[in-house]
Amino acid sequence: MVQSLDYLKESPSQTAGPYVHIGLTPNFADIQGVYPSDLGTAMVNDRTRGERITITGRVIDGSGTPLRDALIEIWQADCDGLYNSPSETRGSADPNFTCWGRCPCDLSTGEYRFDTVKPGRVPFRDGRLMAPHISFFVVARGINLGLNTRLYFPDEEAANAEDPILSRIEHRVRVPTLIARKDGATYHFDIHLQGDKETVFFDI
Amino acid sequence: MSDLLNRKPETGAFFPRDRDWHPPAYTPGYKTSVLRSPQKALLSLDGTRSEITGPVFGHSILGELDNDLIHNFAKPGESAIGERIIVHGRVLDERGQPVPGALLEFWQANAGGRYRHKKESYLAALDPNFGGCGRTITDENGYYAFRTIKPGPYPWPNGVNDWRPAHIHFSIFGHGFSQRLITQMYFEGDPMIWKCPIVMTIPDRRAIEQLVAALDWSATIPMDARAYKFDIILRGRRSTLFENRMEGN
Repeated sequence: MVQSLDYLKESPSQTAGPYVHIGLTPNFADIQGVYPSDLGTAMVNDRTRGERITITGRVIDGSGTPLRDALIEIWQADCDGLYNSPSETRGSADPNFTCWGRCPCDLSTGEYRFDTVKPGRVPFRDGRLMAPHISFFVVARGINLGLNTRLYFPDEEAANAEDPILSRIEHRVRVPTLIARKDGATYHFDIHLQGDKETVFFDI
Repeated sequence: MSDLLNRKPETGAFFPRDRDWHPPAYTPGYKTSVLRSPQKALLSLDGTRSEITGPVFGHSILGELDNDLIHNFAKPGESAIGERIIVHGRVLDERGQPVPGALLEFWQANAGGRYRHKKESYLAALDPNFGGCGRTITDENGYYAFRTIKPGPYPWPNGVNDWRPAHIHFSIFGHGFSQRLITQMYFEGDPMIWKCPIVMTIPDRRAIEQLVAALDWSATIPMDARAYKFDIILRGRRSTLFENRMEGN
């Protein structure tokens, strides 16, 4: 016998269910008066630095049907590539930018939308720069453990070409599933849960 | 950020997630998972700065009644109907270290199993004094507590006669985006737990038991509220003592 390692096990995940809005966006669920506003609805204010962009899209199931009960959270760097987090040791992120947002998909169309800024580049573990990206966390009824993916930008071709994460994707035909479509200041990013167009999901 | 006291910021990558302990994506007994589960393998990353960082929330977001579901939606002088309980516990990481400053959000049905949501049509009545949402932030030792009423079981259209056990949904933010977790708490002794297709998405019985809160007689307040103890474990992270590429950490 040897000594016990004594690690604990992570609490197992369960689905967020169809009524996730009650807890995470109660004002959206018409539960008024408990919180002044829903957390994560405003990422920017008048003084936020950087290029204003909108991210929008839908989450689509294996039959091609948009989910109308999904909830999405995003986490991204500020315009200088700094995170607003205690674990960010390279400097202080823009105090007028949350880096984090939360949005329930529309109950009829399934669309989500974030008004944010385009993130700067962030170093990979070995110091190489990653391309600008936004991290996604997707939960819904039917999803047992939140799905992680990344949005990359179509107007960052050179950076995308040297991105250490995109370079790791063996099936090159799947790389475009992580790249948004640009339309003015709006980036469209649909997330396909299953099938031929299935988005690349990460074990982070 | 001051909630994290004077701890040195941790910058190590998180331990890999044991995906045999969590439910897999495709669990046909839970029908909605069939078309909502990826079929291709996940791409594994050893945490970059995008995953080891995460949002941290200060006490300034909290209102006085945010951790009191008996009163936070009730009319003045009134309270929600149901079994008055306290739910409390600690948020620890896999190393057994407390996670201070963790934001916990919870939501649940009322005592009759009815959710306050426009997509919900179960015939059990709404309680005019119960909203069903709450939140709190763990203290320097990782402790949290809130008051609520015990939710009722709830029928749902999966099999013809499927009922959820009494449960409270939990959402937890640790210190890194990789620690983000949503789960559900069940109650000790509930026979519905072992019949539930959502519970049964978890393959290991010991993992299921980790989600069952124990009746805590010691913390029960006489003539007021019984208590349930529910500890939550988030992913641990490596020490950076021997990381030799500091620029990338």
